[in-house]
Amino acid sequence: MQDLSNSDCIVIQGSNMAECHPVAYQWVTEAKLKGAKVVHIDPRFTRTSATADRHVPIRAGSDVVFLGALINHVLSNELFFKEYVVSYTNAATLISEEFQDTEELDGLFSGYDDDRGAYDPKSWAYASKEAEEEGGTDDQSGGEIGDPGSGHVHGEQRSEQAAGDQHGSGGPPLEHARVLRDETLQHPRTVFQILKRHYARYTPAMVADTCGISVDDFAYVARAVTENSGRERTTAWVYAVGWTQHTLGAQFIRTSAILQLLLGNMGRPGGGVMALRGHASIQGSTDIPTLYNLLPGYLAMPVAGQHDTWQDYIGAIGSKKQKGFWTHADAYAVSLLKAWWGEKATAANDWAFDYLPRLTGAHGTYQTTMAMLDGEVEGYFLLGQNPAVGSAHARMQRQGLAKLKWLVVRDLNMIESATFWKDSPEIETGELSPEDIETEVFFLPPASHVEKDGTFTQTQRMLQWHHKAVEPPGDCRSDLQFFFDLGKRLKAALAESTDERDRPLLDLTWDYPENEHGDPDAEAVLREINGFHLSGDKAGQPLSAYTEMKADGSTSGGCWIYTGVFADGVNRSANRRPGQEQNLTALDWGWAWPANRRILYNRASADPEGNPWSERKRYVWWDQAEQKWTGEDVPDFPPNTAPSFRPEPGTGGPEGIAGDDPFIMQADGKGWLFTPKGMVDGPLPTHYEPQESPVANPLYSQQSNPSRKVFPRKDNLWAPSANQPGSDVYPYVFTTYRLTEHHTAGGMSRWLPYLAELQPEFFCEVSPELAAERGLENGGWATVVSARSAVECRVLVTERMTPLVLSGRTIHQIGLPYHWGVGRDAIVSGDAANDLLGVALDPNVQIQESKAGSCDIIAGRRPRGEALLRLVEEYQSRSGTTALTGNELRTTGDGS
Amino acid sequence: MGFWRNQLAGPTDPSRDAAWDDPEPRKGFFTDTSICIGCKACEVACKEWNAIPQDGELNLLGSSYDNTGSLGASTWRHVAFIEQTSDRIEQARESGSRLVQLGMPSVGAPAPASAAVGATSGAAPAPALAGVNLSDPDFAAAQATAARELGSVPDFRWLMDSDVCKHCTHAACLDVCPTGALFRTEFGTVVVQDDVCNGCGYCVAACPFGVIERRDGDETVKNAGIAQKCTLCYDRIGHDQTPACAQACPTTSIKFGDLADMQSQAQERVDTLHSNGFPEARVYGGNQHDGVGGTGSVFLLLDEPEVYGLPPDPRVTTADLPDMFRKAGFAAAAMLAMAVAAFVGGRK
Amino acid sequence: MDARRTFLSWPVVRQVRSGDLLGRGPSVTSQKTREIEPRTSSADRVVQSVCPYCAVGCGQRVFVKDERVVQIEGDPDSPISRGRLCPKGSASEQLVNSPGRQRKVLYRRARGTQWESLELETAMQMITDRFLASRRAGWQDRDEHGRPLRRTMGIASLGGATLDNEENYLIKKLFTAAGAIQIENQARI
Repeated sequence: MQDLSNSDCIVIQGSNMAECHPVAYQWVTEAKLKGAKVVHIDPRFTRTSATADRHVPIRAGSDVVFLGALINHVLSNELFFKEYVVSYTNAATLISEEFQDTEELDGLFSGYDDDRGAYDPKSWAYASKEAEEEGGTDDQSGGEIGDPGSGHVHGEQRSEQAAGDQHGSGGPPLEHARVLRDETLQHPRTVFQILKRHYARYTPAMVADTCGISVDDFAYVARAVTENSGRERTTAWVYAVGWTQHTLGAQFIRTSAILQLLLGNMGRPGGGVMALRGHASIQGSTDIPTLYNLLPGYLAMPVAGQHDTWQDYIGAIGSKKQKGFWTHADAYAVSLLKAWWGEKATAANDWAFDYLPRLTGAHGTYQTTMAMLDGEVEGYFLLGQNPAVGSAHARMQRQGLAKLKWLVVRDLNMIESATFWKDSPEIETGELSPEDIETEVFFLPPASHVEKDGTFTQTQRMLQWHHKAVEPPGDCRSDLQFFFDLGKRLKAALAESTDERDRPLLDLTWDYPENEHGDPDAEAVLREINGFHLSGDKAGQPLSAYTEMKADGSTSGGCWIYTGVFADGVNRSANRRPGQEQNLTALDWGWAWPANRRILYNRASADPEGNPWSERKRYVWWDQAEQKWTGEDVPDFPPNTAPSFRPEPGTGGPEGIAGDDPFIMQADGKGWLFTPKGMVDGPLPTHYEPQESPVANPLYSQQSNPSRKVFPRKDNLWAPSANQPGSDVYPYVFTTYRLTEHHTAGGMSRWLPYLAELQPEFFCEVSPELAAERGLENGGWATVVSARSAVECRVLVTERMTPLVLSGRTIHQIGLPYHWGVGRDAIVSGDAANDLLGVALDPNVQIQESKAGSCDIIAGRRPRGEALLRLVEEYQSRSGTTALTGNELRTTGDGS
Repeated sequence: MGFWRNQLAGPTDPSRDAAWDDPEPRKGFFTDTSICIGCKACEVACKEWNAIPQDGELNLLGSSYDNTGSLGASTWRHVAFIEQTSDRIEQARESGSRLVQLGMPSVGAPAPASAAVGATSGAAPAPALAGVNLSDPDFAAAQATAARELGSVPDFRWLMDSDVCKHCTHAACLDVCPTGALFRTEFGTVVVQDDVCNGCGYCVAACPFGVIERRDGDETVKNAGIAQKCTLCYDRIGHDQTPACAQACPTTSIKFGDLADMQSQAQERVDTLHSNGFPEARVYGGNQHDGVGGTGSVFLLLDEPEVYGLPPDPRVTTADLPDMFRKAGFAAAAMLAMAVAAFVGGRK
Repeated sequence: MDARRTFLSWPVVRQVRSGDLLGRGPSVTSQKTREIEPRTSSADRVVQSVCPYCAVGCGQRVFVKDERVVQIEGDPDSPISRGRLCPKGSASEQLVNSPGRQRKVLYRRARGTQWESLELETAMQMITDRFLASRRAGWQDRDEHGRPLRRTMGIASLGGATLDNEENYLIKKLFTAAGAIQIENQARI
């Protein structure tokens, strides 16, 4: 975070940093006081814009056009950092002859399968010598990036995975590193030339017509970032859910990564792409994932049909021939299985691999909610999350809750998800009634953060131990105690079972010391996560680094990327050397993964010879005398690999990393401008419109992301998009967001008087022009109607919302903070903005599109009771929307 | 009469005037609104530290993001939000340039030569302004117009200001308090003693800024009925700790320290902003010759005080006391003389 | 009459004796004022914690007196937050101590219209029973191709971003061993 004060230019896009991460924003303030330029690109003028040098209003969902135009600008005007790009990225790598770009296929890439609504990425592969010689690429050829067994996946499962994150940040492995390169970047099939062709039509004029951003504003940003990149200066990009919550979200981030690679900002102080995540330990809950598709450390959950055996699994997650640390994925997986099943996991039984349940598709929260509606889920745990307010299509969430047999809610306050059976809006409309809802609800109050020991992992991958201050009151217990207790009870209940199905539970290692209050020792759990040597002369000692992990069962470790947090038996997450006594990087406060490195890929802060690109931007460099890497941070590179080192071709593992391969988690050690694998919806980011949009895609006939996940259902209707009949019924764009004064779905803020009085009521933000058009008054009421539902809110008329003019047409955007919910326990309540959203997901990570939807807005309060349903239906029928509307995946001219 | 003259106007050391022997250096705030992000951490940290109850009803005021309205008995830090378009911004720049031309006195230590700190923070005219005599208002107006045409006067800006009790050098609330509930601390701050205040309300009428008020509420509300305002965290600063608001403020928009430091930092920052092309920046409360003798909370504002809801020329309401007593004295003497004359004259 | 209050301690007398003729300084201070001490100094202990709201991870100092949390403010030692907190972090003490916070186990029976009290022990037992029953009801041994699944679709879980790593670890460990795969949290929102 502190590194932002090293930036010469900071672009905040898809983030409202000053409002959502105010204390981190102090580092932006520092940068600005030192003379840095700060640009805020956002549909609204927010408190971040107020202290930025420039606010650039943008149409929600059009970021790829803007960023793509910047890429085009950089390439066309030769403003990229040439030496960095040639040495450190795959710009010079040749791509398969079979590849076809969106420019050739009117918005699709080669390999689209209409039946599955997904791509087969075979044609996106790197070209290779063998393939070239054999005159084409072939699935079975040794040259193909994607032999079966090397992570390339075919078949139905492909479209159902959250594929990118299963293999860690490097994406799926490549078969080899025998790529073809043209260092002059001239060959038409180099990534460099493909990039140029791909973004050729992303011009400032296109930006004006698609994003509503003036040519002046575009020029300002283009100049600011190019003048502040290169050897002597760096630019940082900062983003949050304004980018992730789109059906194209992962590609938004990819576009900024490409731009930052071209400008030479990745891995450099004051550079990079910074993700600002939203919850105290959301990073931790992704690393040690309470997520369906991952095992700790970004290992994949096994998938039926792909990982039926241990050999299948090992082959899929890490080829021995690829470079980097993912080749040892087998060691990480074995260590995890040893941590979970201890002595019961042996070489003979493939480390109890069969104890792991299998996935058969996407089992994300939205799919699960739909399964609840179908009566397939009986029991549900809500652990500090409030989906009745915080999830998209909140109505669907509440109706799903009403179909459960039992629900366990653990929350500090009586959130709306716990009282749905008496307070939800569906009670008032008559759709639900308490006497008909069979769901048993258990409300178990948890301990607060000061009433337990443990670690949070914040957005920069840093673990910080928080110390227990007092005992929890009343019936409150920590979640650690609850689950430890539940596990003990389950094991006890099954103790006599002879059913094979129960073995994973019975054999599970589940023994942590407890104190006199019945609290399990959190440090003991963290030690297990760190890992141990299990045999040999170091038996019983904690591991110091994940490089000590073995695939022979002699080590255990619950999460390999966290290994090192307890090195030498010291709880490094509790390191608290005051910041005033350290340099800016402050390595002795907390512990970041991996191995306490603070800036990832920091090898790139030095040139191919190992010297800093400039004195001003020195960060990590090669010490010739000591023959090791050194600097301000822990080097993110094998410590003793000299810059001049070149491995034998075909060497895998960390030993295969060359001295100029800073991107050590990528299979070829280079930054990927073009992604042959790992992104399911395209190797290059391409502009598509949101699921619902009043604007037709100006670039292609392919309107929206052809791989996006849609759910055609009568309870998930969509406004007709641009140029479709009925799109004028919902003519405005709405976007949802947070305010500084509240926190997410309100469970931790609407119950606090101090916060509730700062923002007591749900409101919308509209421009004076829109207010005039719809007769809205500042301080009055409005009803916002979407194809799913309608909500009421107070009105703030403000010039901070500006109408955008796109190709002569005015687009109005409406802002809706989403913190309020309908209930009777909170100090302040209100309608939930998420009632307006439907469910459409990004295909890479299954995240919903909450940042752009279509709506109408009318003055006055909404109807109550059944009349509310009538209003919504009346709009639906006027627009002619059906369960098919908006769910057509491919919309190109030669369509199916 | 030197001591007496200093009690109602002009520069002075208020702690000494209140008979503290060898008091600490006077403490105060510098609130730099140019880096405020309007987060209201100050409002909450203050309320939390002082256990201040809810202020009024929970209503959206419709006044930008401000739902607390103003300072009062139950809001001791209040963040104001002002949305402005380019017309108003230009006017603010012009009026700021005029202030410079009038040679408004700087306070505290003379500001160091204020070259722009590092590169400019964005506005293109900065190189043109370097070395230019900003004190020429016509030129400044022309620059403002030129800057607009260059696209550098923004179309819009959002001012944010965390307001607080001014802890005036000449504090009217303190002067009129009949019970001694209000007192001057050794730090030069003004504090209400809630165990002494009887809720008479004289201070409420006296304050030229409208800060101090009596708290609403019934017997369940702490300190209901008595006067309440910012104490500049008297308990904290007496133990070498920072006031709650200053500690919490994420960007250090609120700074706390020796008042002399605060004043000179304010002036430095104004000078920096001027050389970066923001002539509208000005210090508020830093002039010891103003109507309250300068305040213990100085502000950097980016527009006229009235825009922020602050009085442009605050004056301690007791400043007229000598004059009033003189007049009352004359009136009384005249009445007495007439009464005597009536009796003396009437004797037959 | 309090023996300590003497003629000499009358404010008026103090006023004259101290030279504070206008009665604006030390002479009008009450005993409470003179003895004032911030609770950050009088606390029994201070513990270092981390803010539970967003992902910046600001350091917090938690002050405890008589086994109650009396103050939570920023930790100046943190190199990231440097002692500062946003309005939410500043309100952490209220999050912990608010009277509106739930402290008792509550239960709503099927078709019920009110909450009822429930003993924690009873609740744990009931939840255990239902967990096992739903696990069994939703169990899937194999898919239609005969490939092993070894899982239950009868149970789901949502939440984890506000929990500790150690808690997420036990949750994932336990649910996975039980065959429950529909585990999600705010990361996918």
